[in-house]
Amino acid sequence: MATEMSHFRQPLLRTPFHDRARAVSQIDSFVPWSGYTTVDVFTTVEQEYFAIRNAATLYDLTPMVKYRIAGPGAQRYLDRLVTRDVGKLKVGRVAYCVWCDDAGHLIDDGTIFRLGQTEYRLCTAERQMDWLQASAIGFEGPGKAVQIEEVTEQIAALALQGPTSCAVLKHLGLAGVERLKPFEIGTFQVEGIGLTVSRTGFTGDLGYELWMDPAHAERVWDLLMAAGQTRRIRPIGSRALNIARIEAGFLLPHLDFVSSTHTIRTGTDRSPLELGLAWLVDFNKPHFTGRRALLEEHRGTPRRRLVGLDIEGNKPAHNALLYADKAGRTEVGSITSATWSPTCKRNIALAMLNAPYFDTGSTVWAEIYLNRELVWERRMARARVVERPFFAPERRKLTPPGDF
Amino acid sequence: MSTPAGASRYDCIVIGGGHNGLVCAAYLARGGRKVLVLEAASTVGGAAVTREFAPGFQVSAAAHLLHSMSASIIEDLQLSSHGLSMVASQMPTTALGDDGTALTIRAGRLESGAGAGCASADIEAYPGYAALMDRLADALHPVLGTVPPRLGTDRWVDRRTLMQLGWRIRRLGRHDMRELLRIGGMAVHDLLKDHFQTPLLQGALGFDAVLGTNFGPRSPGSVFTLLYRLAGAAGARSKGSGSDTLMQPRGGLGALTAALAKSAQAAGAGIRTGSPVQSIVVRDYRAAGVVLESGETISADAVISNADPQTTFLRLLGAEHLDAGFVRRVAHLRNRGLAAKLHLALSDLPKFTGVKPEALAGRVLITPTLEYLERAFNHSKYGEYSSAPALEITVPTVNDPTLAPAGRHVLSAVVQYAPYGLAAGWDSGRQSLTALVLQMLERYAPGIGATVTASQLLAPPDIEREFRITGGHWHHAELALDQFFLVRPVPGAAQYAAPLEGLYLCGAGCHPGGGVMGAAGRNAARQVLERAA
Repeated sequence: MATEMSHFRQPLLRTPFHDRARAVSQIDSFVPWSGYTTVDVFTTVEQEYFAIRNAATLYDLTPMVKYRIAGPGAQRYLDRLVTRDVGKLKVGRVAYCVWCDDAGHLIDDGTIFRLGQTEYRLCTAERQMDWLQASAIGFEGPGKAVQIEEVTEQIAALALQGPTSCAVLKHLGLAGVERLKPFEIGTFQVEGIGLTVSRTGFTGDLGYELWMDPAHAERVWDLLMAAGQTRRIRPIGSRALNIARIEAGFLLPHLDFVSSTHTIRTGTDRSPLELGLAWLVDFNKPHFTGRRALLEEHRGTPRRRLVGLDIEGNKPAHNALLYADKAGRTEVGSITSATWSPTCKRNIALAMLNAPYFDTGSTVWAEIYLNRELVWERRMARARVVERPFFAPERRKLTPPGDF
Repeated sequence: MSTPAGASRYDCIVIGGGHNGLVCAAYLARGGRKVLVLEAASTVGGAAVTREFAPGFQVSAAAHLLHSMSASIIEDLQLSSHGLSMVASQMPTTALGDDGTALTIRAGRLESGAGAGCASADIEAYPGYAALMDRLADALHPVLGTVPPRLGTDRWVDRRTLMQLGWRIRRLGRHDMRELLRIGGMAVHDLLKDHFQTPLLQGALGFDAVLGTNFGPRSPGSVFTLLYRLAGAAGARSKGSGSDTLMQPRGGLGALTAALAKSAQAAGAGIRTGSPVQSIVVRDYRAAGVVLESGETISADAVISNADPQTTFLRLLGAEHLDAGFVRRVAHLRNRGLAAKLHLALSDLPKFTGVKPEALAGRVLITPTLEYLERAFNHSKYGEYSSAPALEITVPTVNDPTLAPAGRHVLSAVVQYAPYGLAAGWDSGRQSLTALVLQMLERYAPGIGATVTASQLLAPPDIEREFRITGGHWHHAELALDQFFLVRPVPGAAQYAAPLEGLYLCGAGCHPGGGVMGAAGRNAARQVLERAA
């Protein structure tokens, strides 16, 4: 088969929603994500953010890397891959997971969908095939075999998030969608189009993710926009989502940690324990990669931890260094993600702090630089270590959700 | 050879009764442990066994000479009193030229054979070269008996080991230290061209660098493999013996492992033959025993595997009990054998042209030049056996007539290169390679073909199947700088302890590797004794 060499003319792929997104994008602000071009901002970040918290939003998730992992050995395989007990994951459920290298350093996080008795889907931010294949060595033969296939391009995905999202789906005709519990998966038909809906998301709010054949992507977009019109649905870009995910306390690779497959400097790898994800690490389940290293770390004294910070003032502490004292003599960590939280009305951040400063209630000082028309000011702001998430409304868990 | 199982709980189970497994078991038993050795075959010995290959004809089936068996292990384990004796030691090496010339190396000296052989400058230069290589080998030899240190730890034993290694090399003095650093990564071809002019001598000395490896003489790193062999030989030297450490045990190599088994049993170890292990039992994230193919479960606090790393980790244990990165390293081990073994039953003693009959009391090499050897290697890169292979020949019946019926002889030869993955397949390859070698032998020993009454060729896949060595490599894993010492077999298992509590390796796949040396088995036993203490 002759290969047409044209990829270089269009280095970034377009998702099946691209034409729809371009049509409503007011400021033409696109950014690359996993080899696709996706919208950063449609109108303004503020408008889009408030839609997440007060109405319904559509976010194009297609570039999320998806793997189909299936076969008689799939469960054992995944159990060895991730730190959580996959044996407990029932058919039709989703689990948030992380996976580590042998040293117990985080490679990536993602969600595992159990679609059938021996069929799973793994969704991740970054491509993982090399590690997934390395992890498959030894999973061969009867009863143990596992097939791993990337299906990113075969599945179009939309996140529908916000307090009115359930109502939008009901209005669209997804009978019984309100019975979906958090992390549950359902399948529905709309105009003969098959839709897989999971009650998952990256906003920490009520919301769903919709998975479909790319051939029907535009039709589904149109149907959702029409069904949500009275409930103020609007498409959003990554910037607004980023504010919501910080409020929800979710991590992003490259910002809050760097995958150990990418780090080149000593000491920049992070373990799930350091990232405050100890609740995802189950030492009592069958062996998983990194278990020995994590157990040793778990038994030792923690060196640092990712925590939430509540910072005085209203200036986001982007990239700020953190100190034990206001004078800035003892450096104790740094901010990984920061934002003004419009809903909490708090100046919040995620930060990596050294021991012993990461205990909830500790006070540290953030060194914030303010640009006042190119005149820079340095401000030391008091920051308090607080529990994550910053924002966790009841509605995110309520089943059935309120009918807004 | 079988000890009743008795109670089915042991301190240590050793999987595999090869020489390293037996050495390990003997040291563990002497260290007060209750040990059981489980051997799949009907006799112990692994690849160091004497077997009948034709009615009445016995041969050392894989390894056929001792050159680096640790003298201190022979002494520690009192192998002489357990039946080990040598019918020949300090055996000479005779190299045959393709023009009827020959030369012999005996007791550290070069003897030019009949009809030219060696340049006189080479005869003068040889002792100096041999002395240099021996000094370097002596400096490196203690490394073989050392448990490799871990890098980047605060443990004082690791630091001490590294400092001792550095000190040993420093103590060589400026000249030798520089020479070691200069030649350490070189190709043996270049080293030998520096020292000698005679192609036959170069070929003979280069052969030991590539014997049993995936190297040709022009491969960088082949000086390292030569130094490794010489360092092993340094440990085999008994007091006063020269640098020729080739030895032939009475009764073949099987006699060595039989003596090891007796020594281990005398120290209290149990040995069960015909007991192949199906899998290693993991309980509570640690090795807790084994399940035999018969279905029987035997519990132990520690499981020590003499099997190769891939067999141990991927087949007996299973990848799901190990980290993925570690498993990937194990799966990527270079462990494809490149040497075949040819056994011939002969009705008469062969007569090699230009060689006195007593040369057959030693070993005979057919590797006339380095170019010949490199050409032989070339084929292997493309999945072919050499069209003109290099041979290491012994006629063990010269020293030990009991191996064959009266007046008959056995010829045992290592044939290089014979790649594991022969493109044409070994089903037809066995016969055609045998015919090729016989044709070759006929040129060097006219009339030999008519005396052949039976033959057997063990290609690497045969070695894999018969001795249960994945890849059929006699070192279990290629011996090269990237699979040596700190990183042998792979990082994470280089200190004999596997990354699973209670599981250890003791075979040739660990430091310091194969060849019948026993050091891996002893080093492993030390680790087990130290850890459990």
